[in-house]
Amino acid sequence: MTRISRRGLLTTGAAAGVLAASGLPLRAQAKRGGRLRAALSGANTSDSWDARTHSDLFMIASAQGSVFDNLTEVGADGTLKGELATSWEATPDAKTWTFNLRQGVTFHNGKAFGADDVIASLQMHVAEGAKSAAKPIIESITEMKKITDHQVQFTLEAGNADFPYLLSDYHLLIYPAGQIEEAIAKGIGTGLYKVQSFEPGVRMVATRVDSHYKDGDAGFFDEIEYIAVNDNTARMNALLTGQVDAINRIDLKTESLLKANPMVRIQEVSCNQQYTFPMLTDVAPFNDVNVRRALKFAINRQEMVDKILLGHGRVGNDTPIGPANQYFAADMEQNSYDPDKAKFYLKEAGLSSLDIDLSASSAAFEGAVDAAQLYQASAKSAGININVVQEPADGYWSNVWLKKPFCACYWSGRATEDWMFSSAYEEGVPWNDTQWGREDSERFQDLLVEARAELDPTKRREMYTEMQQILRTDGGVVLPMFANYVQAVSNKIANPEKVGNLWQMDNARMAERWWTA
Amino acid sequence: MNPVIKIILQRLALGLLTLFIVSIVIFAAVNMLPGDFAEAILGQGATPEAVAAIRRDLGLDQDPVTRYLQWLAGALQGDLGNSFAQANFASFVGDDSGVRTTVAQQIAPRFANTMFLAGVTAAIAVPFAVTLGVLAALYRNSVFDKVANISTLTSISSPEFFLAYVLILFLAVLNPLLPSLSNIYADMGFGERLQKTLLPALTLTLVVTAHMMRMTRAAIINLLASPYIEMARLKGIKPMRVIVHHALPNALAPIINVIALNLAYLITGVVVVEVVFVYPGIGQLFVDSVKIRDIPVVQACCLIFAAAYILLNLTADILSILSNPRLRHPK
Repeated sequence: MTRISRRGLLTTGAAAGVLAASGLPLRAQAKRGGRLRAALSGANTSDSWDARTHSDLFMIASAQGSVFDNLTEVGADGTLKGELATSWEATPDAKTWTFNLRQGVTFHNGKAFGADDVIASLQMHVAEGAKSAAKPIIESITEMKKITDHQVQFTLEAGNADFPYLLSDYHLLIYPAGQIEEAIAKGIGTGLYKVQSFEPGVRMVATRVDSHYKDGDAGFFDEIEYIAVNDNTARMNALLTGQVDAINRIDLKTESLLKANPMVRIQEVSCNQQYTFPMLTDVAPFNDVNVRRALKFAINRQEMVDKILLGHGRVGNDTPIGPANQYFAADMEQNSYDPDKAKFYLKEAGLSSLDIDLSASSAAFEGAVDAAQLYQASAKSAGININVVQEPADGYWSNVWLKKPFCACYWSGRATEDWMFSSAYEEGVPWNDTQWGREDSERFQDLLVEARAELDPTKRREMYTEMQQILRTDGGVVLPMFANYVQAVSNKIANPEKVGNLWQMDNARMAERWWTA
Repeated sequence: MNPVIKIILQRLALGLLTLFIVSIVIFAAVNMLPGDFAEAILGQGATPEAVAAIRRDLGLDQDPVTRYLQWLAGALQGDLGNSFAQANFASFVGDDSGVRTTVAQQIAPRFANTMFLAGVTAAIAVPFAVTLGVLAALYRNSVFDKVANISTLTSISSPEFFLAYVLILFLAVLNPLLPSLSNIYADMGFGERLQKTLLPALTLTLVVTAHMMRMTRAAIINLLASPYIEMARLKGIKPMRVIVHHALPNALAPIINVIALNLAYLITGVVVVEVVFVYPGIGQLFVDSVKIRDIPVVQACCLIFAAAYILLNLTADILSILSNPRLRHPK
């Protein structure tokens, strides 16, 4: 994957515009017209156009992927582009960021877009009583200042080199200031598609706006229809009978049936979606780094990829930084199954054998109980007796995760290293599912803060590689596998060679990026 | 007072009592399930503060008895309240800006869809099953009777989703006659709506036919030994006429009862079929709501289900009375 220097993008942002204009030769084949019908999972009767509540594919594809825009957007190749912002600039300490906004953009109701909309939309997340998942991002902004109608300045609590990346988060959509309630009720954004009808948990239909700043680059369909189909088999039937053109998350067990159909192709991308076994590093025996090391060598990762993911994934190396990240240390030494090494570390810990409970449930990830049993079998030859405790799926995240010392879990991963680390590996954050802190590694926590404010990509790569090393050897998480996104598309629809891997369905932006073949 | 009207009133009063008890049982059951709305909706993101904030906003921090009484007070005035999901959403927006829909508004279109599916199924299944039953009684113990029995028993014994997939395979995948997705919308024409509803309706027809058909057959055969049937036969009337004119009217009571029971099933028991065909009926809404412990919606759905059983049973009893002169004119 070719990478464009992050500094170039971060500090001038001007490159973003150039990239958008020139970097996409494939789109030359794309033509306007037609209708995209997709059956997507993750829909709910409680869905709405309020991005603060979004958490699953259906609404992300409908809102961020079609009807609304962010200030910035992560391209299919992982680079950052301007969406409603055209360029941005940081002070050397990465604390003050100035964004230049796009001119001549209007919302679907005709209102002109400007700096006020940006400020009002971001403030929604820190409003009294608001429970937005993006609250921590906006809380880190100490001041939002409108400089001109098309320029905004953000002052951050502390330097953050990834700030423009964070603004591409699917919660941080831009709504029309002063009409936010109406925009939430009707779905009024600046996106390529305008809402025609929306029935929560049933379907969403939107039509292409007549003219848009992305014309020529994106938004090739005349109309899109997203149908809520949470059942795997029903989605597959819909695709096979030609009632829809694309489906997300195919059932891996029936993949061969889809492959046999000449009208359909399977799209598979390697991504950051990770299945994990976190241990609480402040609870015995997991507070002993040698016990953690023993457990890392007692798991057969390849077997899990083969049997749980049926080959649709890659082995993990006990760090949450995955193939969709910029500073993924792919050439780091691989932790692999080695009962002798596990025994050695067990001895280092002063133990001859170890008896532990591992809590698992299908709520953690599909096949979690099977994975725990595979772990149990492979650990046995290292003298580790894992007792698999099957927990109820209901209330798993409240009663088991973060509570039981060793359990199964999943993370969908984050676009940037800092975002991932500060969500789950920074001391004291609520989702720190290994209770990883200064007591475990002073160095890790220092690097985390330091790397955040560093604008030089070479130095950042060094720091993030060291952090991944620390987690690989000492960390509290056993991360055996990254699960691919596997989706299927009809041959009536074409897509660019490079498909996004931050989210399913080309980062949920198929309505923008794909076209009628 | 006319005895029939008296029975109706009595039964309606008992029905209300049943609904009241159902509401208590459901409320208690949902409360006994592990987890509550706040934990379910937040999932992996459930921090103690967020859970507490949602509980406070929705009043989930009050004790269950108080919450039940509040709900009951509203329900008695015809107000089923707001779903937790909608109330939670309103608290996201910051104030009550009229964007929130009530449980009644949420359920109404779904219920209409469910009734449409039940209606289409009943229109196919009831005449089909009764005709089949009459013919099976007429040609009892013949090859036709055996084939009819075996095939309907096979279909009732197979799980619904299996029947659904078999029908999808033959009618949608191999021979693209009907759509496998039954996602119907408000602004859809009747013809298209009917076409999209046909596959789930056929699946349900396969599920309910055996019961009604066998009851029709058994009830008629039961009467065939009666003296007045023998009389009719001795008069030289054709077998078909004996059954349709002499036996069937007297066999109506049990048949009506079974039909009512199956109609109630069509309203309350179609969750699996709705999921397989992605039919936006009340069953899916109900399952979604149980999953997130959205008690107001669960309550409302259960009351509708219970009311469907009560009303259909009542209708069945009244029709049995009306079809039976002895009951119509008691001494």
